[in-house]
Amino acid sequence: MTLPSRTLPGAATYDPQSAKARPTRLPLGVTLSSLFLLLVSIALAIPFWLTHYDPLVGDVTLGLQAPSAAHWFGTDRLGRDVFARVVYGARYSLLIGLAGMLISLIAGTLLGLVAGMKNRWLDEVASRLFDVLSAFPSVLLALLVIALIGPGMMNVAVAIGIAGIPKFGRLVRSQTQLVREADYVRHAVLYGRSSARVFITHLLPNVLVAIPVIATIDIGSSIIAVSGLSFLGLGPQPPTPEWGVMLAEGRDVLRVAWWPSVFPGIAITLTVISFTVLGSYWQRRFEGRNPA
Amino acid sequence: MSTPLVDIEDLSIRFPGVRHGAPLVRGLSLQIRPGECVALVGESGSGKSLTARSLLGLAGDGAEVAAKRLLIDGRDALAFNKNDWRQVRGRFAGLVMQDALVSLDPLRNIGQETGEVLRAHRLLDNGKAVDQRVLEALAQVGIPDPEWRASQYAHQLSGGLRQRALIAAAIAAGPRLIIADEPTTALDVTVQRQVIAVLAERVAQGAGLLIISHDLNLVAQIADRVYVMHHGEVVDAGSVHQVLTQPRHPYTRQLLAASPSADSRGTRLSTARVSPAADALAPLRIEREPLPARPLHSAAEPVLQVVGISKSYRRRGFGRGKAPFQALGSTSFTLNRGEVLGIVGESGSGKTTCANIVLGLLEPDAGSVQLLGQPWSHIPEAQRRPWRRQMQYIPQDPLSSFDPRYSVLQIIAENLDAGGEPRDRAGVLLGQVGLDASYLDRHPRSLSGGQRQRVAIARALAAQPALIICDEPVSALDVYVQAQVLDLISELLASHGIALLFISHDLEVIRHISDRVLVFHQGQVVEHGAVEALFAAPQHPYTRQLLATPA
Repeated sequence: MTLPSRTLPGAATYDPQSAKARPTRLPLGVTLSSLFLLLVSIALAIPFWLTHYDPLVGDVTLGLQAPSAAHWFGTDRLGRDVFARVVYGARYSLLIGLAGMLISLIAGTLLGLVAGMKNRWLDEVASRLFDVLSAFPSVLLALLVIALIGPGMMNVAVAIGIAGIPKFGRLVRSQTQLVREADYVRHAVLYGRSSARVFITHLLPNVLVAIPVIATIDIGSSIIAVSGLSFLGLGPQPPTPEWGVMLAEGRDVLRVAWWPSVFPGIAITLTVISFTVLGSYWQRRFEGRNPA
Repeated sequence: MSTPLVDIEDLSIRFPGVRHGAPLVRGLSLQIRPGECVALVGESGSGKSLTARSLLGLAGDGAEVAAKRLLIDGRDALAFNKNDWRQVRGRFAGLVMQDALVSLDPLRNIGQETGEVLRAHRLLDNGKAVDQRVLEALAQVGIPDPEWRASQYAHQLSGGLRQRALIAAAIAAGPRLIIADEPTTALDVTVQRQVIAVLAERVAQGAGLLIISHDLNLVAQIADRVYVMHHGEVVDAGSVHQVLTQPRHPYTRQLLAASPSADSRGTRLSTARVSPAADALAPLRIEREPLPARPLHSAAEPVLQVVGISKSYRRRGFGRGKAPFQALGSTSFTLNRGEVLGIVGESGSGKTTCANIVLGLLEPDAGSVQLLGQPWSHIPEAQRRPWRRQMQYIPQDPLSSFDPRYSVLQIIAENLDAGGEPRDRAGVLLGQVGLDASYLDRHPRSLSGGQRQRVAIARALAAQPALIICDEPVSALDVYVQAQVLDLISELLASHGIALLFISHDLEVIRHISDRVLVFHQGQVVEHGAVEALFAAPQHPYTRQLLATPA
């Protein structure tokens, strides 16, 4: 919401000089989230730097050992190192989540652009599609899609991707309508620009600026969905060290050993929180720079 | 003499952390007595609104208000607590804000909004008495048929009626002081006069009025005393007559000299100076520099020919089935090379519809437009495109017409044709509009309103047009910035031989810059002629009403 500046004495006298002089200090949460995600990226790219254990092979005689100096997160029922499995699992959980998010981003952006342009008929079709998709809880919708196309790693990404389409579609649609009506787009014709050129040089970039923020926040919910579906046995199959799969496996021994399920749970929680904190921070920074 | 309603001595207001803690208002002394109208005049950021708000205890969060004396209704306001201030607001002092549309709650009707203060202060104990008082207040501000209007909502009223409803809400509790913050800024000339008359009526009834405006001529119509504010200080104060005829401070002198007026035609506004008066009683004399002469063109070189264009819209909703709404009746005019045609009219008079047709954004129902002898209306946009460079546009709000991601260089370069180094050529254009090349990498958001308008002008010049269309290009600018931009436009007309279609609601600006004028009223051109003849002897009753000097 914007008020006329004259009603805000503080805003009317805002001094950009003093704002520039102020050192930009990141909030603690943002710093911690960035560090944690850096760690997760290392686990994703070069997991063997973080642990020398094999995530798939363990010594059954050393099963269900409590966390110790040798096994930081303990071992699971088959004697595999839980820390190694959590580290290697980052690759599966994150990449499937990322793929799901990208599918919703691409499909949602295309549909949103179509819906946001002037054709009312196409807008109706795309908007009703968003309505239908968001009428179901997204995990339920993903379950439905998996029931149709079968379980598996890629199929989980596709299912989550389809369920996430309305989120991006609606954002892009409203953003397109906003930018489309902005003076710099409406008046571009006065300066002799063709519609195609206005679309590419002015409309598209100003619509797309809003997306990275939402995408960052969305990775979090996408990862939760991946873990949820894997937990139900619909995603990657054991012995894949995916975090949701590990939770499912750990559930059977929860009465005697908490570590095989708690550590992957913490990994999921921290990853999701970190993405959300970062995304929200960008969103706040982004506010006030609305392209319309 | 009665006790003053407001008695301030040496008021200063600062916000820690803003402008390094320097006060935004300092050393201000002010008195308002019953039945007196006092005006605070100054440009945006001069501290006038802040001063007014401090009289209601609304200077803002963290404001540090200090004064030798700050008496409101004879009581020391520096010692006021929340409750005391609540008693001041609405009951002792009513505030009339600028923008009636955002100041009125869209979900409550006019009657509820007006009665709010009575209910909040529990001034009347039963609902009937409140309704009665609301109707009285609405009638007092000259709203016809108050019973019906009280049941309407803000968006259903015209701008003038909304502003009156806001005044009614401010006076409903019978406050002894009315504070009006730019009460007429968004309104048309004739409506402005009505609102001023309503406020003057309140003053005649014995209320004190503090009116805040950037427009010295406007407050001259109503104020008894004027305080001119500049950078948080009162630089000039006195009776209206004194300030207008014997301004003491250089700032006031510059303000007066830079206002366009009957005798400013053909001269520079920004360099005009008030000549030192030989005798204090002599009328104010302003020394002006002439603008460079514009090259003469033969009348046989029309740039734009508009023949009988009209536009009407089907009515929707309530008016469905009635005759279509005529936004623009049959309009014809010709604009020659190097000529300035002014279009003046109130909002809804059809001037923007006319501009949109000329710009090729809207097809006329009938009639035709020709640009440089080429057909311009009723052709596909692709055929217009090669000629677009010949017709450029300067909007009222340049910032919204710039792509938010673009730097000044990108904005100008986008309008340059191929060839040459864009950076050098954009730099030259910036030089022509009085900005140096260091602005090329700046972002429009970090520029002032005047600088943004200069960038918009540079962008228009980049296309080397034959014709520029300006829609209210200076109406959002302070007087001195307006003077600079008008001077710039005049100079560029002289050096480039560009024709100009200048749309404005401001009569003085139109009179200053135009050669010929079209007066629009309710979708029709009611008068058309050379500017001096038209202003000297208006023919149409509406033009006369528009030009009538207020009593």
